[in-house]
Amino acid sequence: MRHEIVEKNVGLLAVLVLVVISFGGLAEVVPLFFQKQTTEPVEGLRPLSALELEGRDIYRREGCVGCHSQMIRPFRAETERYGHYSVAGESVYEHNFLWGSKRTGPDLARVGGRYSDDWHRAHMYNPRDVVPESIMPAYPWLFENTLDGRATPRKMEALRSLGVPYTDEQIENATSEVRGQQEITALVAYLQQLGTVLEGTR
Amino acid sequence: MNNLWDDSLSGFWSAWIIVITLGSIGLAFWLLYANRRTDKAPDAEGNIETTGHAADGIEEYDNPLPRWWFQLYVGTVIFALGYLLLYPGLGNFAGVLGWTQEGQWEEEVARAEERFTPIFAQYEEVPIPELAEDAEAMQVAERIFLNNCAVCHGSNARGGYGFPNLTDDDWLYGGEPEQILTTLHQGRNGLMPSWQQLGENNIENLTQHVLSLSGLEHDAERAEQGAALFTSVCAACHTPDGTGNQALGAPNLTNDTWLYRAPGQSVADAVRQTLRNGRNGHMPAQAAYIGEERVHLVAAYVYSLRLQD
Repeated sequence: MRHEIVEKNVGLLAVLVLVVISFGGLAEVVPLFFQKQTTEPVEGLRPLSALELEGRDIYRREGCVGCHSQMIRPFRAETERYGHYSVAGESVYEHNFLWGSKRTGPDLARVGGRYSDDWHRAHMYNPRDVVPESIMPAYPWLFENTLDGRATPRKMEALRSLGVPYTDEQIENATSEVRGQQEITALVAYLQQLGTVLEGTR
Repeated sequence: MNNLWDDSLSGFWSAWIIVITLGSIGLAFWLLYANRRTDKAPDAEGNIETTGHAADGIEEYDNPLPRWWFQLYVGTVIFALGYLLLYPGLGNFAGVLGWTQEGQWEEEVARAEERFTPIFAQYEEVPIPELAEDAEAMQVAERIFLNNCAVCHGSNARGGYGFPNLTDDDWLYGGEPEQILTTLHQGRNGLMPSWQQLGENNIENLTQHVLSLSGLEHDAERAEQGAALFTSVCAACHTPDGTGNQALGAPNLTNDTWLYRAPGQSVADAVRQTLRNGRNGHMPAQAAYIGEERVHLVAAYVYSLRLQD
């Protein structure tokens, strides 16, 4: 084939480029859709409750993922500090995942249970109150805003269509579970369950 | 655990990966090899046939790739094949080295344990009060404290609003070695219920009584009225004279330690708030996070804080 044919037909060029760059994805990504390790939940994994789910959305809204990863890599330095390395089965119900790639703050993959609810509230209200050297921003509005829970059932239905096993009952009760709760309560509920499913994950 | 560590693929997907990986290496190499030379030699007059591209009179030759570049590329192909032979990359083929991510991590952990376990074991045999005076051990312990405990108790261990100061001699659950160990192993849950149902008048009387216990300025009349209520409502945990009960984590109300006094808040306001809303102090159990051998060291560190001034 002469250069000219490819170079002078943009449509053909685009198709050929797509074919070439798809090889990596075909070999590295596609098989994962069919691998047990990545498609089956770890034992005991449950979908987030309505309150935790709203907390997760606050986590996303406030951009926590920009400074905190949720992905402990299998290096001793990390597992000593954060606990057992993250496994794919823990993220099966995550849409989209919040693994992140930036660690201005510590990894949060297993922060659940590590500190008290009171600590999280104090820390979120003004991080300097509990960690004087912290550079994390304060989030005082989380204590003023309350949730109305109007969209919660629809969020759960959307997740269910992606394979998260919410029951009809959970979806029905979602609004009443979160209505009137402070945003900080939802966020702390979300944080306190992070990484708590795997056993023996100190 | 279950199949989560099973990262094997079905035969089809394994073959799929192998075919695509080796196929694309082979194709790229074939493309390169097929173009390694051209037949566009100069003709009798020394004219060379170009690609036909011309811009501002500059024409493009159709020469083969430089040799050094060609050889570099061949080098990358050889590297890729060598890598795929040694390391996992081709579907279910584990590579002849048998390397795995988990295996590397386990090795790393085992190496560290081999190095550190004897040191911790040596410390574990020393009784806590004695270990607390061992400067070297306390340096190690301080690092562990800073990484795990300082988040709540502060890097100077002086605590903060809602988080106990560990450097004074006032202890919620006791400061003897056994009690510190229990705190670290099991965590603590301090629950002060809300007394909203008593009504604002009674809460004010109780507040004035609590202020009188530690000799703070108070309304004597109201404190007097609160005394009876204190005996019937508060004394069960805080004891009749208000000195507290370490078995329950009920704080001593007769000294000048006020755990839940916010910066700038008066003691009276802090006590009122506590009576109205209750308090729920929670110290998570630490042994599961820092490991058994380190608990002993951290306990000694906490114990050692009283030796400083």
